[in-house]
Amino acid sequence: MLKIKEYVKAESLEEAYKLNQKKSSCVLGGMIWLKMGNRNVGTAIDLSGLGLDEIEETKEEFRIGCMVSLHSLEIHKGLEQYTNGAMRESLRHIVGVQFRNCATVGGSIYGRYGFSDVLTMFLAMDSYVELYKGGVLSMEEFAARKRDRDILVRIIIKKKTNQTVYLSQRNTKTDFPVITCAIGMEEKQMRLVVGARPGRAMVIHKQFEKEEERRELLVNPEEFAKKSAEEIPVGGNMRASAEYRSHLIYVLVKRAILALGGNTDEN
Amino acid sequence: MKIKFSLNGKMVQEEIAPDLLLLDLLRQKGCYSVKRGCETANCGLCTVLMNKKPVLSCSVLAARADGQQIVTLEGMQEEAKEFGGFLADEGGEQCGFCNPGFIMNVFAMMEELQDPTEEEILEYLSGNLCRCSGFMSQTRSILKYLEYKKEQNKEA
Repeated sequence: MLKIKEYVKAESLEEAYKLNQKKSSCVLGGMIWLKMGNRNVGTAIDLSGLGLDEIEETKEEFRIGCMVSLHSLEIHKGLEQYTNGAMRESLRHIVGVQFRNCATVGGSIYGRYGFSDVLTMFLAMDSYVELYKGGVLSMEEFAARKRDRDILVRIIIKKKTNQTVYLSQRNTKTDFPVITCAIGMEEKQMRLVVGARPGRAMVIHKQFEKEEERRELLVNPEEFAKKSAEEIPVGGNMRASAEYRSHLIYVLVKRAILALGGNTDEN
Repeated sequence: MKIKFSLNGKMVQEEIAPDLLLLDLLRQKGCYSVKRGCETANCGLCTVLMNKKPVLSCSVLAARADGQQIVTLEGMQEEAKEFGGFLADEGGEQCGFCNPGFIMNVFAMMEELQDPTEEEILEYLSGNLCRCSGFMSQTRSILKYLEYKKEQNKEA
Protein backbone atom coordinates (compact mmCIF):
# COMPACT_ATOMS: atom_id res chain seq x y z
CA MET A 1 0.00 0.00 0.00
CA LEU A 2 1.17 3.51 -0.79
CA LYS A 3 1.30 5.86 2.19
CA ILE A 4 1.96 9.57 1.83
CA LYS A 5 2.73 11.83 4.78
CA GLU A 6 2.72 15.16 2.97
CA TYR A 7 1.58 16.31 -0.47
CA VAL A 8 3.12 19.39 -2.07
CA LYS A 9 2.02 20.91 -5.35
CA ALA A 10 5.33 22.46 -6.38
CA GLU A 11 5.31 26.10 -7.36
CA SER A 12 8.68 25.95 -9.10
CA LEU A 13 11.16 23.36 -10.32
CA GLU A 14 13.64 24.66 -7.75
CA GLU A 15 11.16 23.92 -4.97
CA ALA A 16 10.49 20.45 -6.41
CA TYR A 17 14.21 19.75 -6.72
CA LYS A 18 14.94 20.83 -3.15
CA LEU A 19 12.11 18.75 -1.75
CA ASN A 20 13.22 15.75 -3.79
CA GLN A 21 16.70 15.64 -2.22
CA LYS A 22 15.31 13.74 0.75
CA LYS A 23 15.33 9.99 0.26
CA SER A 24 11.76 9.69 1.53
CA SER A 25 10.48 12.17 -1.08
CA CYS A 26 9.01 11.15 -4.39
CA VAL A 27 8.01 13.02 -7.53
CA LEU A 28 4.56 11.96 -8.70
CA GLY A 29 4.00 11.12 -12.34
CA GLY A 30 0.74 9.39 -13.19
CA MET A 31 1.19 7.40 -9.97
CA ILE A 32 -0.01 4.18 -11.56
CA TRP A 33 3.11 2.13 -10.98
CA LEU A 34 3.97 3.89 -7.73
CA LYS A 35 0.59 2.95 -6.29
CA MET A 36 1.18 -0.73 -6.97
CA GLY A 37 4.01 -1.00 -4.48
CA ASN A 38 4.33 -0.83 -0.72
CA ARG A 39 5.95 2.46 -0.03
CA ASN A 40 5.99 5.11 2.66
CA VAL A 41 6.48 8.46 0.98
CA GLY A 42 7.46 11.39 3.18
CA THR A 43 6.74 14.16 0.70
CA ALA A 44 4.88 13.52 -2.55
CA ILE A 45 5.85 16.22 -5.05
CA ASP A 46 3.27 17.09 -7.67
CA LEU A 47 4.53 18.90 -10.78
CA SER A 48 1.08 19.31 -12.30
CA GLY A 49 0.94 23.05 -11.56
CA LEU A 50 4.07 23.92 -13.57
CA GLY A 51 2.63 23.91 -17.08
CA LEU A 52 4.61 20.83 -18.06
CA ASP A 53 1.65 19.13 -19.73
CA GLU A 54 2.19 20.65 -23.17
CA ILE A 55 3.67 19.34 -26.42
CA GLU A 56 5.40 22.07 -28.42
CA GLU A 57 6.36 21.50 -32.01
CA THR A 58 8.89 23.59 -33.92
CA LYS A 59 10.57 23.02 -37.29
CA GLU A 60 13.48 21.25 -35.61
CA GLU A 61 11.99 19.42 -32.66
CA PHE A 62 9.17 18.34 -30.38
CA ARG A 63 9.38 19.48 -26.74
CA ILE A 64 7.25 17.28 -24.51
CA GLY A 65 6.63 18.28 -20.90
CA CYS A 66 7.08 15.52 -18.33
CA MET A 67 3.43 15.71 -17.25
CA VAL A 68 2.04 15.06 -20.74
CA SER A 69 -0.21 12.02 -20.52
CA LEU A 70 0.41 8.97 -22.71
CA HIS A 71 -2.98 9.51 -24.33
CA SER A 72 -2.05 13.08 -25.30
CA LEU A 73 1.10 11.71 -26.97
CA GLU A 74 -0.99 9.08 -28.71
CA ILE A 75 -3.44 11.53 -30.27
CA HIS A 76 -0.98 14.33 -31.09
CA LYS A 77 -1.30 14.91 -34.84
CA GLY A 78 2.26 16.21 -35.28
CA LEU A 79 3.81 13.19 -33.58
CA GLU A 80 1.58 10.81 -35.48
CA GLN A 81 2.64 12.33 -38.77
CA TYR A 82 6.31 12.55 -37.86
CA THR A 83 6.50 8.91 -36.73
CA ASN A 84 4.24 7.52 -39.48
CA GLY A 85 1.85 6.34 -36.78
CA ALA A 86 4.56 4.53 -34.79
CA MET A 87 4.07 6.72 -31.70
CA ARG A 88 0.37 5.88 -31.61
CA GLU A 89 1.10 2.20 -32.21
CA SER A 90 3.54 2.12 -29.28
CA LEU A 91 0.89 3.50 -26.91
CA ARG A 92 -2.52 2.26 -27.97
CA HIS A 93 -2.03 -1.25 -26.55
CA ILE A 94 -1.22 0.00 -23.05
CA VAL A 95 -4.23 -1.05 -20.94
CA GLY A 96 -6.99 1.46 -21.78
CA VAL A 97 -7.65 5.12 -22.50
CA GLN A 98 -8.36 5.89 -18.83
CA PHE A 99 -4.99 4.39 -17.85
CA ARG A 100 -3.20 6.39 -20.56
CA ASN A 101 -4.93 9.59 -19.41
CA CYS A 102 -3.39 9.05 -15.98
CA ALA A 103 0.11 7.77 -16.90
CA THR A 104 2.62 10.47 -17.80
CA VAL A 105 5.51 10.37 -20.23
CA GLY A 106 7.85 11.67 -17.50
CA GLY A 107 6.89 8.84 -15.16
CA SER A 108 7.28 6.23 -17.89
CA ILE A 109 10.69 7.43 -19.02
CA TYR A 110 12.05 8.23 -15.56
CA GLY A 111 11.16 4.74 -14.36
CA ARG A 112 13.18 3.12 -17.18
CA TYR A 113 11.01 0.04 -16.80
CA GLY A 114 11.99 -3.12 -18.62
CA PHE A 115 8.47 -3.61 -19.97
CA SER A 116 8.20 -0.04 -21.26
CA ASP A 117 6.73 0.45 -24.73
CA VAL A 118 7.36 4.18 -24.25
CA LEU A 119 11.10 3.89 -23.60
CA THR A 120 11.49 1.55 -26.59
CA MET A 121 9.76 4.05 -28.87
CA PHE A 122 11.74 7.09 -27.68
CA LEU A 123 15.07 5.27 -27.91
CA ALA A 124 14.43 4.64 -31.61
CA MET A 125 14.29 8.38 -32.27
CA ASP A 126 16.92 11.06 -31.84
CA SER A 127 15.56 11.96 -28.43
CA TYR A 128 16.89 13.61 -25.27
CA VAL A 129 15.82 14.22 -21.72
CA GLU A 130 16.13 17.57 -20.03
CA LEU A 131 16.97 17.29 -16.34
CA TYR A 132 16.57 20.27 -14.05
CA LYS A 133 20.16 20.18 -12.78
CA GLY A 134 21.75 17.65 -15.11
CA GLY A 135 20.91 19.49 -18.33
CA VAL A 136 20.15 17.80 -21.63
CA LEU A 137 21.43 14.28 -22.29
CA SER A 138 20.63 11.64 -24.85
CA MET A 139 17.82 9.20 -24.10
CA GLU A 140 20.29 6.34 -24.51
CA GLU A 141 22.63 7.76 -21.89
CA PHE A 142 19.72 8.47 -19.55
CA ALA A 143 18.32 4.96 -19.97
CA ALA A 144 21.66 3.46 -18.98
CA ARG A 145 21.99 5.63 -15.87
CA LYS A 146 20.96 4.72 -12.37
CA ARG A 147 18.11 6.70 -10.84
CA ASP A 148 19.14 9.84 -9.00
CA ARG A 149 17.25 12.69 -7.35
CA ASP A 150 17.16 15.11 -10.29
CA ILE A 151 13.87 16.19 -11.90
CA LEU A 152 13.03 15.11 -15.44
CA VAL A 153 11.55 18.30 -16.91
CA ARG A 154 10.87 17.44 -20.52
CA ILE A 155 11.72 15.16 -23.41
CA ILE A 156 13.02 16.51 -26.69
CA ILE A 157 12.74 14.76 -30.03
CA LYS A 158 14.99 16.15 -32.75
CA LYS A 159 13.39 15.81 -36.16
CA LYS A 160 16.26 13.84 -37.63
CA THR A 161 14.77 10.39 -37.97
CA ASN A 162 13.37 9.84 -41.44
CA GLN A 163 11.24 6.81 -40.70
CA THR A 164 10.11 4.97 -37.59
CA VAL A 165 8.28 1.76 -37.08
CA TYR A 166 7.03 0.16 -33.86
CA LEU A 167 5.92 -3.40 -33.23
CA SER A 168 5.18 -5.39 -30.10
CA GLN A 169 3.93 -8.81 -29.16
CA ARG A 170 1.54 -9.42 -26.27
CA ASN A 171 0.10 -12.68 -25.00
CA THR A 172 -3.25 -10.98 -24.72
CA LYS A 173 -4.62 -7.52 -25.43
CA THR A 174 -3.80 -4.78 -22.87
CA ASP A 175 -1.20 -6.98 -21.14
CA PHE A 176 2.50 -6.12 -20.72
CA PRO A 177 4.46 -6.80 -23.90
CA VAL A 178 6.48 -9.97 -24.31
CA ILE A 179 8.83 -8.15 -26.70
CA THR A 180 8.89 -4.60 -28.01
CA CYS A 181 10.74 -3.59 -31.15
CA ALA A 182 11.24 -0.18 -32.73
CA ILE A 183 13.42 1.03 -35.57
CA GLY A 184 14.41 4.59 -36.35
CA MET A 185 16.02 5.12 -39.72
CA GLU A 186 18.21 8.10 -40.56
CA GLU A 187 20.19 8.74 -43.72
CA LYS A 188 23.38 7.06 -42.59
CA GLN A 189 22.36 5.09 -39.56
CA MET A 190 19.63 2.96 -38.10
CA ARG A 191 18.65 2.44 -34.47
CA LEU A 192 17.12 -0.90 -33.60
CA VAL A 193 15.61 -0.98 -30.12
CA VAL A 194 14.39 -4.13 -28.42
CA GLY A 195 12.65 -3.98 -25.06
CA ALA A 196 10.71 -6.21 -22.65
CA ARG A 197 13.54 -8.76 -23.08
CA PRO A 198 12.30 -8.72 -20.21
CA GLY A 199 15.14 -6.38 -19.24
CA ARG A 200 15.38 -2.69 -20.08
CA ALA A 201 15.27 -1.75 -23.77
CA MET A 202 18.62 -1.81 -25.55
CA VAL A 203 19.76 -0.02 -28.68
CA ILE A 204 21.72 -1.49 -31.56
CA HIS A 205 23.25 1.07 -33.92
CA LYS A 206 23.87 0.17 -37.52
CA GLN A 207 25.87 2.56 -39.68
CA PHE A 208 25.59 2.69 -43.46
CA GLU A 209 28.71 3.67 -45.33
CA LYS A 210 26.91 3.68 -48.64
CA GLU A 211 23.29 4.20 -49.61
CA GLU A 212 23.32 0.80 -51.35
CA GLU A 213 23.94 -0.89 -47.98
CA ARG A 214 20.81 0.71 -46.56
CA ARG A 215 18.74 -0.22 -49.61
CA GLU A 216 20.00 -3.79 -49.52
CA LEU A 217 18.99 -4.16 -45.85
CA LEU A 218 15.48 -2.91 -46.60
CA VAL A 219 15.03 -5.59 -49.25
CA ASN A 220 16.90 -8.42 -47.52
CA PRO A 221 16.49 -8.10 -43.75
CA GLU A 222 16.77 -11.85 -43.08
CA GLU A 223 20.43 -11.98 -42.08
CA PHE A 224 20.28 -8.87 -39.89
CA ALA A 225 17.13 -10.16 -38.16
CA LYS A 226 18.77 -13.53 -37.51
CA LYS A 227 21.90 -11.90 -36.12
CA SER A 228 19.81 -9.62 -33.88
CA ALA A 229 17.91 -12.62 -32.50
CA GLU A 230 21.18 -14.42 -31.76
CA GLU A 231 22.98 -11.49 -30.20
CA ILE A 232 20.34 -9.59 -28.20
CA PRO A 233 20.34 -10.99 -24.65
CA VAL A 234 16.93 -12.20 -23.48
CA GLY A 235 15.55 -13.97 -20.43
CA GLY A 236 12.53 -16.02 -19.54
CA ASN A 237 9.75 -15.16 -17.10
CA MET A 238 6.10 -16.03 -16.46
CA ARG A 239 5.07 -14.39 -19.78
CA ALA A 240 7.52 -16.03 -22.16
CA SER A 241 10.64 -18.16 -22.36
CA ALA A 242 13.97 -16.81 -23.57
CA GLU A 243 13.72 -19.01 -26.70
CA TYR A 244 10.32 -17.58 -27.57
CA ARG A 245 11.59 -14.03 -27.10
CA SER A 246 14.59 -14.67 -29.39
CA HIS A 247 12.25 -16.06 -32.02
CA LEU A 248 10.01 -13.00 -31.70
CA ILE A 249 13.01 -10.69 -32.12
CA TYR A 250 13.79 -12.41 -35.40
CA VAL A 251 10.20 -12.06 -36.63
CA LEU A 252 9.59 -8.50 -35.46
CA VAL A 253 12.94 -7.12 -36.65
CA LYS A 254 12.35 -8.64 -40.06
CA ARG A 255 8.80 -7.27 -40.26
CA ALA A 256 9.89 -3.85 -39.05
CA ILE A 257 12.61 -3.54 -41.68
CA LEU A 258 10.25 -4.70 -44.41
CA ALA A 259 7.75 -2.09 -43.22
CA LEU A 260 10.45 0.58 -43.50
CA GLY A 261 11.13 -0.56 -47.03
CA GLY A 262 7.53 0.14 -47.83
CA ASN A 263 6.57 -3.47 -48.47
CA THR A 264 4.00 -3.55 -45.70
CA ASP A 265 2.60 -1.07 -43.20
CA GLU A 266 3.04 -2.76 -39.86
CA ASN A 267 2.20 0.27 -37.70
CA MET B 1 -5.21 19.32 3.60
CA LYS B 2 -8.14 21.19 2.10
CA ILE B 3 -9.37 20.72 -1.46
CA LYS B 4 -12.19 22.32 -3.43
CA PHE B 5 -13.58 20.81 -6.59
CA SER B 6 -16.70 20.48 -8.68
CA LEU B 7 -18.48 17.16 -8.19
CA ASN B 8 -21.31 16.54 -10.65
CA GLY B 9 -21.76 20.27 -11.09
CA LYS B 10 -21.72 21.22 -7.40
CA MET B 11 -18.74 22.79 -5.61
CA VAL B 12 -17.45 20.61 -2.81
CA GLN B 13 -14.90 21.45 -0.13
CA GLU B 14 -13.19 18.64 1.78
CA GLU B 15 -10.49 18.10 4.36
CA ILE B 16 -8.52 15.07 3.14
CA ALA B 17 -5.49 12.95 4.00
CA PRO B 18 -2.61 13.37 1.48
CA ASP B 19 -2.81 9.73 0.40
CA LEU B 20 -6.58 9.50 0.04
CA LEU B 21 -7.52 8.14 -3.37
CA LEU B 22 -10.16 9.88 -5.46
CA LEU B 23 -12.15 6.62 -5.52
CA ASP B 24 -12.48 6.62 -1.73
CA LEU B 25 -13.34 10.30 -1.56
CA LEU B 26 -16.08 9.89 -4.17
CA ARG B 27 -17.61 6.96 -2.30
CA GLN B 28 -17.47 8.98 0.93
CA LYS B 29 -19.45 11.64 -0.92
CA GLY B 30 -22.12 9.07 -1.77
CA CYS B 31 -21.08 8.27 -5.35
CA TYR B 32 -21.49 4.51 -5.01
CA SER B 33 -21.42 3.95 -8.78
CA VAL B 34 -17.63 4.33 -8.48
CA LYS B 35 -16.40 0.90 -7.50
CA ARG B 36 -13.13 -0.71 -6.48
CA GLY B 37 -12.52 -3.60 -8.85
CA CYS B 38 -9.03 -4.81 -9.64
CA GLU B 39 -7.14 -1.97 -7.95
CA THR B 40 -4.33 -2.58 -10.42
CA ALA B 41 -5.54 0.05 -12.90
CA ASN B 42 -6.71 -2.59 -15.36
CA CYS B 43 -10.47 -3.13 -15.12
CA GLY B 44 -11.95 0.34 -15.71
CA LEU B 45 -14.59 -0.11 -13.04
CA CYS B 46 -13.61 3.07 -11.19
CA THR B 47 -13.73 5.31 -14.31
CA VAL B 48 -14.83 8.89 -13.71
CA LEU B 49 -14.45 12.01 -15.83
CA MET B 50 -11.87 14.59 -14.78
CA ASN B 51 -12.28 17.73 -16.87
CA LYS B 52 -14.23 15.59 -19.38
CA LYS B 53 -11.42 13.02 -19.72
CA PRO B 54 -11.85 9.48 -18.40
CA VAL B 55 -9.44 8.58 -15.58
CA LEU B 56 -9.08 5.70 -13.15
CA SER B 57 -10.13 7.05 -9.77
CA CYS B 58 -8.34 4.14 -8.05
CA SER B 59 -5.04 5.61 -9.26
CA VAL B 60 -5.61 9.33 -8.82
CA LEU B 61 -4.93 11.09 -5.54
CA ALA B 62 -7.93 13.02 -4.24
CA ALA B 63 -5.51 15.94 -3.82
CA ARG B 64 -5.21 16.11 -7.59
CA ALA B 65 -8.94 16.80 -7.89
CA ASP B 66 -8.36 20.21 -6.31
CA GLY B 67 -9.71 22.87 -8.67
CA GLN B 68 -10.92 20.27 -11.20
CA GLN B 69 -14.31 19.12 -12.46
CA ILE B 70 -15.22 15.55 -11.57
CA VAL B 71 -18.24 13.79 -13.01
CA THR B 72 -19.45 10.35 -11.95
CA LEU B 73 -22.42 8.33 -13.21
CA GLU B 74 -24.53 10.04 -10.52
CA GLY B 75 -24.05 13.26 -12.47
CA MET B 76 -25.18 11.74 -15.77
CA GLN B 77 -28.41 10.04 -14.73
CA GLU B 78 -30.47 11.13 -17.74
CA GLU B 79 -27.84 10.09 -20.29
CA ALA B 80 -27.16 6.85 -18.40
CA LYS B 81 -30.84 5.99 -18.36
CA GLU B 82 -31.07 6.56 -22.11
CA PHE B 83 -27.99 4.48 -22.97
CA GLY B 84 -28.87 1.90 -20.30
CA GLY B 85 -32.04 1.13 -22.27
CA PHE B 86 -29.98 0.23 -25.34
CA LEU B 87 -27.62 -1.85 -23.20
CA ALA B 88 -30.52 -3.78 -21.67
CA ASP B 89 -32.23 -4.30 -25.05
CA GLU B 90 -29.12 -6.05 -26.32
CA GLY B 91 -28.63 -8.10 -23.15
CA GLY B 92 -25.43 -6.21 -22.45
CA GLU B 93 -26.14 -5.24 -18.85
CA GLN B 94 -25.57 -8.79 -17.49
CA CYS B 95 -24.50 -8.77 -13.80
CA GLY B 96 -24.18 -5.00 -13.90
CA PHE B 97 -20.94 -4.74 -11.94
CA CYS B 98 -18.86 -3.24 -14.77
CA ASN B 99 -21.69 -1.06 -16.12
CA PRO B 100 -20.96 2.28 -14.37
CA GLY B 101 -17.29 2.44 -15.46
CA PHE B 102 -18.19 1.14 -18.90
CA ILE B 103 -20.98 3.71 -19.40
CA MET B 104 -18.72 6.57 -18.26
CA ASN B 105 -16.12 5.55 -20.81
CA VAL B 106 -18.74 5.33 -23.57
CA PHE B 107 -19.67 8.95 -22.82
CA ALA B 108 -15.99 9.93 -22.83
CA MET B 109 -15.58 8.20 -26.19
CA MET B 110 -18.55 10.09 -27.63
CA GLU B 111 -16.92 13.33 -26.48
CA GLU B 112 -13.57 12.43 -28.07
CA LEU B 113 -14.37 10.52 -31.26
CA GLN B 114 -16.62 11.68 -34.05
CA ASP B 115 -18.60 8.85 -35.61
CA PRO B 116 -16.31 6.02 -34.40
CA THR B 117 -16.02 2.75 -36.32
CA GLU B 118 -16.59 -0.58 -34.57
CA GLU B 119 -12.82 -1.09 -34.44
CA GLU B 120 -12.32 2.33 -32.84
CA ILE B 121 -15.05 1.60 -30.29
CA LEU B 122 -13.42 -1.69 -29.30
CA GLU B 123 -10.03 -0.01 -28.99
CA TYR B 124 -11.38 2.88 -26.91
CA LEU B 125 -13.18 0.53 -24.53
CA SER B 126 -10.39 -2.04 -24.22
CA GLY B 127 -9.70 -0.79 -20.69
CA ASN B 128 -13.18 -1.80 -19.49
CA LEU B 129 -13.31 -5.45 -18.61
CA CYS B 130 -16.55 -7.43 -18.53
CA ARG B 131 -16.37 -11.01 -17.37
CA CYS B 132 -20.00 -11.92 -18.15
CA SER B 133 -20.08 -11.24 -21.84
CA GLY B 134 -17.82 -11.39 -24.86
CA PHE B 135 -18.36 -7.64 -25.45
CA MET B 136 -20.66 -8.47 -28.40
CA SER B 137 -23.86 -7.23 -26.78
CA GLN B 138 -22.20 -4.06 -25.47
CA THR B 139 -20.76 -3.30 -28.91
CA ARG B 140 -24.18 -3.80 -30.54
CA SER B 141 -25.78 -1.50 -27.98
CA ILE B 142 -23.20 1.25 -28.58
CA LEU B 143 -23.58 1.06 -32.36
CA LYS B 144 -27.38 1.28 -32.05
CA TYR B 145 -27.15 4.12 -29.52
CA LEU B 146 -24.77 6.09 -31.76
CA GLU B 147 -27.15 5.61 -34.68
CA TYR B 148 -30.07 6.78 -32.51
CA LYS B 149 -28.14 9.90 -31.40
CA LYS B 150 -27.21 10.65 -35.00
CA GLU B 151 -30.86 10.50 -36.07
CA GLN B 152 -31.83 12.62 -33.07
CA ASN B 153 -29.27 15.28 -34.03
CA LYS B 154 -30.49 15.26 -37.64
CA GLU B 155 -34.04 15.96 -36.52
CA ALA B 156 -32.98 18.75 -34.14
